[in-house]
Amino acid sequence: MKFERRDGPYWTPQTSVASMMLQVLAALVPAALAHVWYFGPGFIFNLLVAGIFAIVGEAFVMWVRGRPPESGLTDYSALVTAALLAFALPSLTPWWVTATGALFGVVVAKHLYGGLGFNIFNPAMAGYVVILVAFPMHLNLWVAPRMGDIDYQHLTIIQTLTFTLTGNLPEALGFDAVSRATPLDVMKTGLNNMQTAIDIRANPIMGDFGGRGWEWIGNFLAIGGFWLLIRKIIRWQIPVGVGIGLLGPAMVVYLLDPGANPGPGFHLFAGATLLCAFFIATDPVSAATSPRGRLIYGIGIGILTFCIRTWGSYADGVAFAVLIMNMAVPAIDYMTRPRIVGHHDGSVEHG
Amino acid sequence: MTAPTYDLGKLHGGLRLQAHKKVSTAEAIVEAPLPSQLVVPIEQHVGEPAQPVVDVGDRVLRGQVIAEPDGEMGAPVHASSSGTVIAIERWPVVRRYGDKGPCIVIECDGEDEAFPGWDHGDYRELPPADLLLRIFDGGIVGLGGAVFPTAQKLMQARTLQVEHLILNGVECEPYISCDDVLMREHAADIVSGAQVLMHALQVDICFIVVESDKPEAIHRLGEVLAEAGDDRIVIKQVPTIYPSGGEDQLVQLVTNREVPSGGLPTDVGCVVQNVGTAAAVHDWIVRGEPLISRVTTLTGDGVERPVNVRVRLGTTIKDIVDCAGGYRDNPRYLVIGGPMTGKSVTTDEVPVVKSSNCVLVLADAPTAGPELACIRCGDCAAVCPVQLLPQQLFWYACADNEQKLREFGLTDCIECGCCDLVCPSHIPLTSDFRKAKGRIRELADEKARAERARRRFEARNQRMRLAQEERDAELKRQKESAKAAGPDAIAEILARKRKQQEDDAE
Repeated sequence: MKFERRDGPYWTPQTSVASMMLQVLAALVPAALAHVWYFGPGFIFNLLVAGIFAIVGEAFVMWVRGRPPESGLTDYSALVTAALLAFALPSLTPWWVTATGALFGVVVAKHLYGGLGFNIFNPAMAGYVVILVAFPMHLNLWVAPRMGDIDYQHLTIIQTLTFTLTGNLPEALGFDAVSRATPLDVMKTGLNNMQTAIDIRANPIMGDFGGRGWEWIGNFLAIGGFWLLIRKIIRWQIPVGVGIGLLGPAMVVYLLDPGANPGPGFHLFAGATLLCAFFIATDPVSAATSPRGRLIYGIGIGILTFCIRTWGSYADGVAFAVLIMNMAVPAIDYMTRPRIVGHHDGSVEHG
Repeated sequence: MTAPTYDLGKLHGGLRLQAHKKVSTAEAIVEAPLPSQLVVPIEQHVGEPAQPVVDVGDRVLRGQVIAEPDGEMGAPVHASSSGTVIAIERWPVVRRYGDKGPCIVIECDGEDEAFPGWDHGDYRELPPADLLLRIFDGGIVGLGGAVFPTAQKLMQARTLQVEHLILNGVECEPYISCDDVLMREHAADIVSGAQVLMHALQVDICFIVVESDKPEAIHRLGEVLAEAGDDRIVIKQVPTIYPSGGEDQLVQLVTNREVPSGGLPTDVGCVVQNVGTAAAVHDWIVRGEPLISRVTTLTGDGVERPVNVRVRLGTTIKDIVDCAGGYRDNPRYLVIGGPMTGKSVTTDEVPVVKSSNCVLVLADAPTAGPELACIRCGDCAAVCPVQLLPQQLFWYACADNEQKLREFGLTDCIECGCCDLVCPSHIPLTSDFRKAKGRIRELADEKARAERARRRFEARNQRMRLAQEERDAELKRQKESAKAAGPDAIAEILARKRKQQEDDAE
């Protein structure tokens, strides 16, 4: 009897890139719902815009590269990029700002480097930084979280959609009336105005740990992150590294001068810390790959985030920290190679 | 007798795989019927192939030597049953390179007449060196699949005075259960074989290592040991993690010592033998039967009733399939060996040989979709038992960067296939690494060839130069002697030369 030839192993792998990406998306769902609850439906519009442009961008590049346009979409990585970008944006963002970020992330940061697997930089963060630099005003348009400001007039769904599509606020409402500073901004300006961290924390927008609403989004991100850890989609080294790198210095300066510095709890729950630790820094393609390397990579991101938040001109530094550490990945990987079993002096050369 | 598991060394990575073993261990070992024809390859071991010592037309008896090793490394091959040699020709076999190998084809007469004169007496009275030579004569090789000639391995171990004999009953690869059933049904033979090996090696510590998913085997071995009262032999239970049964991995688990890269277990005071090999040693030294049969697991979803079969070496797979109730709905793949490290063949005409621990018939082994780009998730590095970075090796294999491949330890890869299984991009890493190793080997060969050619060329130049110098010196000498003899002599020489040329022209 005749049989077909095939190379082993003769065992069907149970995992795929698509299922990994889908699980990442699933892990983001609770936090996304919290986002909508606290900051209104803008998040959904941003997600839709980012998703559509990421998909169109991906399909277009595939077509240009002479491959089936749908082939790049089957791994869902463009959707992950879009989702992460949506989380980074204020809920009121005009569509062209979101689209610029999504297109830059997918087309330039990912595909011009060779597509998924070859990109040096995290596509979502590259896209975010481009719009942060190109549209600084729009990225400051954070609305007040639910229950964050009693006098605040929340926009309706229609008003939010109108703004997303046209960039126009309802009549009689200026940017100043709608936008509220984020907790990190409040902290930064407050500290610059010689207020103490404790006084600043008394502001209702600050919530219990790191900003009303923000801290709950953070909680849900952490839950999603732990789920990914259990599913072994991500490994513990990067989240722990980010935690050490950010909270360690934060703790030190807080203990030295509690008045002039927010505590580590604030750093953990404010801004994009948890999003970064579990979802952004853990992007496998642009992160270090060896276990020790991942810890170092995470710590680097944490320290850089702390530095930018404390001394930089941006309120949050996650995106820059991630991009800077992306550049360091080849060196980190090279220097943290594990010792191969059977090699005792680290040298590997043999016949 | 069963040692607890807490004193084990730690193995990096590995996988817990669905075992698929119970399907084939339900029944006792089945004796495969004698086939009408045996196809016995002369290459059944690591090293030089054996050379036939019989001719076409010769009658051979069961256990008679039909091929002798040529050179230091090798093992003799015996006739698995009595009959007539009808051909010595190339036949489809399981090999890494090429599809056919030289085989001795025997037409069986069905009488299964034994070759007389194999009786070793009491091995305990033999000096260890003599015992080693006897083991060599039995044609015994490692039955775990690597088929390293046992006698040579033991001799190396004896020379280096190892402390530990480790019997490998781990059998970590899914589907395979031949060692499991052997331990259940022939535990006494294995223990007896262990004692023979210990005498040959003059060691006092023997571990029989069994994976925790084989409680019955552990129980049986324990009973036999208690009966034998031999406290030099200890059973060690190890967790069920693939690939704990790899030779170097097993040494690491049992002794917490790492086999140095490019080295052998003997470098850290251990010698590892498969439990099947120990039973074969018993069969030969105590019962006088050389290695002419083995237990093989006939399994997979492509056969009706998976089973373990004792098969005469040289029986084609076609002839044993009926032991498992025949094929089931036109299977697609025939794999010799397990699902992780086995090799697929295109025909069931291939014979069962010393290395065939498993015949895996698969109705289908669906691939998990197309190969995508590596996303550097590092899962492959997490499961690699040797702590390689397959994701980096993959880059360098694609780039054919020989130096980096060496630097990142390609040659340390044991080809266990763990990285393949966890790769979300479905990259055939093991296959790629195997190819890269092949290229490195070729390159090394090429270098060696180039080096030899260079030396030959230089030697030739040297020879030519010497010859030229000699000729020059001779010419000079002639000139000088001619000069010394005066102009007449020169004229005379010229005349002689001219005459000679004219004669030649005619």
